Amino acid sequence: MALTVSELTIHHGAICAINNVSFTVPQGQLTAVIGANGAGKTTLLRALSGLNKSTHGHATWNAHNLLHSKPESIVRHGVSHVSEGKAVIPELTVNENLELGAIWRKNKRETRETKDQITSIFPRLGERLNQRTDTLSGGERQMLAIGRALMSKPQLLLLDEPSLGLAPLVVEQIFQTIRDLTTTMGLTVVLVEQNAMGALKIADNGIVLNLGKVAVTGTAQSLIADPQVRAAYLGY
Amino acid sequence: MFQFINTLLIGITAGSIYSLMAIAIVLVWRSTRVINFAQGGLALASSFVGASILAQQISFWIALPIAMIAGALFSALTEYFLLRPLLKRSGDKGEEIFLPIIATLGLLGIIKTILNFTYGDRIGSIPPPISDKGFVVGGQVIALSPMRILILGIVLFLMVLLTFLFQRTNLGLALRASSYSPEISRLAGVRVDVIRTAGWAISGAAGAAAGILQTTNGSGAISPESFEFSLLLVFGFVAAVIGGIESLIGAVLGGLTLGVILAFILMYIGGSLVFFSAFLILIVILIVRPHGIIGVKGGRRA
Repeated sequence: MALTVSELTIHHGAICAINNVSFTVPQGQLTAVIGANGAGKTTLLRALSGLNKSTHGHATWNAHNLLHSKPESIVRHGVSHVSEGKAVIPELTVNENLELGAIWRKNKRETRETKDQITSIFPRLGERLNQRTDTLSGGERQMLAIGRALMSKPQLLLLDEPSLGLAPLVVEQIFQTIRDLTTTMGLTVVLVEQNAMGALKIADNGIVLNLGKVAVTGTAQSLIADPQVRAAYLGY
Repeated sequence: MFQFINTLLIGITAGSIYSLMAIAIVLVWRSTRVINFAQGGLALASSFVGASILAQQISFWIALPIAMIAGALFSALTEYFLLRPLLKRSGDKGEEIFLPIIATLGLLGIIKTILNFTYGDRIGSIPPPISDKGFVVGGQVIALSPMRILILGIVLFLMVLLTFLFQRTNLGLALRASSYSPEISRLAGVRVDVIRTAGWAISGAAGAAAGILQTTNGSGAISPESFEFSLLLVFGFVAAVIGGIESLIGAVLGGLTLGVILAFILMYIGGSLVFFSAFLILIVILIVRPHGIIGVKGGRRA
């Protein structure tokens, strides 16, 4: 039970966005993927959820092949992806956005339980269930996007820049929640972040991507201590 | 005053039928970002199915739902075999975005040819199932007839059905979500391809109902070269644009508005101006309020 990526290569036309990338994400751990703009972080994540096509390589979750599968079938195998930029449907209500995440689940009683669980993690969402999503603040939308992903009852959660465009206090709150999801619910999380320091602080492990290649991997603590990583990505 | 109310009644009845057609156009636009120019042709083909059933002395109440099922089937097949492969090709190449639209124009020609080949100059007939003689009020015959009440009732029933479908079912949730963002919907587990076909099917059923009602409300006769169905497509399209092309409620309001305006022009100005006025309204709306009468400025991006 782990996410295993081996020799993954992805081309966007002539550009090689991900070049021969291999890594393993152990179950129940939070792995941060950091790197500069254009390092290929989002491309990597989108390939794992079936949104991007890969050129070469393998990626498996629980022996399920993630490449060459469609997003709608990957989510049924326990992998939820929160794409970049508050991935919610503004014209639906909060409740409808949550229901959307569980639309393929047959057992309605279990779905209700999941929703109760999510509204206890994000009480703000519980208070606003019947409000239209475009009345929410940026932070609440990001919470809703994560809540929608959790409605699919995933074992592996892929998060693409949840801190994007949010106030520092809200970022801290969301990072703390992501950490809690890993610790208390036993989720495996891959967190792609531009905010490298914030991500490494809550992560167990880290992967540094540079121009489509893995530059450094290791425990989050060892990356924070690494002078090169500090100079290039943490800014001190 | 008497004439005023009569005109209003005629306008609302005709407008409710345009609303159905507008809904058909909006549903396709929302799911595929294509204006289906074959919509009138598909409605015509479905109406011919209805007329063939009526010709067997079978009840209107069986012919209407069967025609709607036929319309759903025709429309779903169009999406599956014509639009889906074309959209796959034009997906990441912006310059081919017009391909699907041209294809629906081509399909319109094909449908007309097939209908001509099958029916020739035979004329299908969809007579009113109940009296279309106006009620007598105070010695004067008003425009409101049992048939007009029936048309309004059928349209109202279909609207309630659609509202329920869109607001209360998983299919409706999937349709609304995937019209806004196919990507988020797929990540949530929605089979967007299937949902798109379902959207087209519902559109085809609405178009078929519009076709049948338009025929009974008009001359009662259809031919493969029916001008009435070209009008229906144009009026449905104008109604959809008045409503902002994205919104189902907008489509209903647009249809009623257009129906009433055109009825007054027909009654007080002259029949020859009706077609012209529809286009004039279309152009004025596109210039003054391109987001429709109830739409939000700027609209939304899928």
